[in-house]
Amino acid sequence: MGLRKLFDNLSPAFNKGGKFSALGSLFEAIESFVYVPKTTTIKGAHVRDSIDLKRTMTVVMIALVPAILFGMYNIGYQTNLAGHMSMTFGQMLWFGFLKILPMYLVSYIVGLFFECMFAQIRHEEVNEGYFVTGLIIPLIMPVTTPLWMLALAVAFAVVIGKEVFGGTGMNIWNPALLARAFLFFAYPKQMSGDSVWVAGVDAYSGATPLSQAANGSVLYSPTDMFLGFIPGSIGETSTLAILIGAVILIWTGVGSWKVMLSCVAGALLIGLLGDVPCWYQLIMGGFAFGCVFMATDPVTGAQTEAGKWIYGFLIGAFAVCLRLFNPGYPEGMMLSILLMNTFAPLIDHIIVNRNIKKRLKRAQTV
Amino acid sequence: MSEQIRLTKGLDIPISGAASQTIAKTVLADVIAIKPTNFRALVPKLVVKEGDLVLAGDPLFVDKNHPQVCFCSPCSGSVEAIVRGDKRKLLEVRVKADSEVKYRKAKPLSLSSASKEQIASFLMQMGLWPMIMQRPYGIIANAEDAPKSIFISAMNTAPLAADLDFALKGRFIDVQAGVDTLAKLTEGGVHFSMNYFTSPSSEFRKLRSVIFHDFEGKHPAGNVGIQINHISPINKGEVVWTVDLLSVATIGKAVREGIYDASRLVAVTGPAAVNPSYVKAYQGSPISAFSDFFTKKENLRFISGNVLTGEKVGLDGYMDFFDDQISILNEGDYYETFGWCKPFRCKKFSFSHSYWSWLIGNGKKYKMDTNVNGGARAFVVSDVYSKVLPMDIYPVHLLKACIAGDLEKMENLGIYEVLPEDFALCEFVDPSKNNIQQIISDGIDLMLKEMA
Repeated sequence: MGLRKLFDNLSPAFNKGGKFSALGSLFEAIESFVYVPKTTTIKGAHVRDSIDLKRTMTVVMIALVPAILFGMYNIGYQTNLAGHMSMTFGQMLWFGFLKILPMYLVSYIVGLFFECMFAQIRHEEVNEGYFVTGLIIPLIMPVTTPLWMLALAVAFAVVIGKEVFGGTGMNIWNPALLARAFLFFAYPKQMSGDSVWVAGVDAYSGATPLSQAANGSVLYSPTDMFLGFIPGSIGETSTLAILIGAVILIWTGVGSWKVMLSCVAGALLIGLLGDVPCWYQLIMGGFAFGCVFMATDPVTGAQTEAGKWIYGFLIGAFAVCLRLFNPGYPEGMMLSILLMNTFAPLIDHIIVNRNIKKRLKRAQTV
Repeated sequence: MSEQIRLTKGLDIPISGAASQTIAKTVLADVIAIKPTNFRALVPKLVVKEGDLVLAGDPLFVDKNHPQVCFCSPCSGSVEAIVRGDKRKLLEVRVKADSEVKYRKAKPLSLSSASKEQIASFLMQMGLWPMIMQRPYGIIANAEDAPKSIFISAMNTAPLAADLDFALKGRFIDVQAGVDTLAKLTEGGVHFSMNYFTSPSSEFRKLRSVIFHDFEGKHPAGNVGIQINHISPINKGEVVWTVDLLSVATIGKAVREGIYDASRLVAVTGPAAVNPSYVKAYQGSPISAFSDFFTKKENLRFISGNVLTGEKVGLDGYMDFFDDQISILNEGDYYETFGWCKPFRCKKFSFSHSYWSWLIGNGKKYKMDTNVNGGARAFVVSDVYSKVLPMDIYPVHLLKACIAGDLEKMENLGIYEVLPEDFALCEFVDPSKNNIQQIISDGIDLMLKEMA
């Protein structure tokens, strides 16, 4: 095949000692993107499962597609509604597409630049983890987020959030959420409030269900909130679209159903204390998105099976606690997940220590 | 009379090329090799030189630290070559075999009157002691230890492994004699684990002086390490011994007849094997002696043992000390365009549900090759490993402790209870493509070095 020949011809220049060896990681990334490498097993098991991280990440990306598509549509829908325009379905989708495309370009160009740079410095292969992170970051931003701000947030998330710890698999906090948190605290005016959720209509105030809830009562119908016809960050509004993603993640086993289930349980339990029905908590704001796509991140979450129950439950519970009892922030999911990311190693430590104690006890009783 | 233990975790890899239960031929090899490298932490000391004549059962080398432990020639002939590697490390002792095997005859052992010391000394002289393996660490047992008990697995769940009931057919008396011998070496009894489904019809059910256990489950349920973990886990400071069933039969025959009979049925298996079946051959046979089972010589991988734990020995290599299986695979050095993102990839198997092979069902076998199917990454996914490790152990935590060389943590997390073979399936399913068995092996080596 012609392309294969091209790679073979170019390869020496990018290898160690070659003219472009500084771009070796990038070349390897592109080559292994197009072709599953021909490496064979050297040590240990001679046959290996056909799963790799690329496949795993691809599943997550596919699971995100419904949320992305609905997010695009909802951008147009909210603008149409606010500006009393008469856009067709196709126009709304196109309007959303044009809004989201530059965000994705910025997210991937900036993010992959740093990924490649660090891979090259470490002489490692470029990790596919950023494909998912880069897909998620725009989805948890308000549509009006300036692109330079997005670029800054991505750079912060990749460098400080991930690479300083050693890259994918070593990070403590979910990088996508770190990007969101960075902007939330650095530029609160552009990240929260009522005026950031609708694009293309100046000075329009579109309150999210959560900010309404904080002020007393939710004006949107549960159906609208479930289907996603509400203002909010791009990908978080439609619980239905996210549920489709959840089904894909659970079906393939890529996302932990234990975390998702316990997270919902935690939210429902604390939700009982609020004024609005407890199940509203599941369909308002970023709960569903955070629960399905962020809490289930295997790197930053609890790694033990028993720990996953505790970890998920506390995320749900703390998120709703913040929503109900903190007058400062209407939304609590982001902070709750980041908090539990921090404590996940502690949860695991306790669970693993039980195993250690059991082993020691066994030795003593003999 | 036996305890049933059901294990739900594990995986039987659906690889094609199982050996049919026929004996295709008898291989009388031209040259046979014994490799000291098959034993962890062994420092060998040669007792023969090139050109020496040996009988089957004559020692070729001994353990330098326990010179009474002999490693014997499986056949009679002359020492053809002594192969050394870097720093003059002894790799192989090759013996050019006579056309007919002549045995060194010893006086058969009278079990009823022999003491533990006499039995041990007999086994050492006969070259049988190295078949007794010690856990922790998977090293040759030390005769001065008093093992908690001895474990034998009569259940071989490894991919395409030899069927022990078939391979040891007619050797019941040898196995019984072997078990009786081992029973004399421990106060704790001999534990004998069988497959729950086939044990009622197996002749080994009639063995005396063993404690039976019935295991039900997929691989690695047949691994003796997994079985120990469920029967009587190893605690710090304890020592147990394990012997594989083939070795038990070899020990039994030596005790009964006074000869070291290293012949065995070898299962020739694997997707690239032609008419896979059993062959009667000697320990340490050369791979080239099995040339009836492959049509080409290039681009094949010849493995002594099974595809998970075996060693790549090559066409000009020799079988390992303990092995009764050869696996032949196609090398996987090809590029696959967009392989990882193909929605259907029906010729590839995956334990994960991100492909469809788990829906296709149990019957389908796959022609697997040696392609890694991806690039090496850090540990990312957390829950796949424990799904194929039916032990009360946290695999990722133990692996990370091994990588970090944290001895206390390794000990706390159960390094004494595992050998690399128990983690072979973790390595198979790992999406991050780490060499997990190597990590465990290095961890054990570190423990051995530091605890010595």
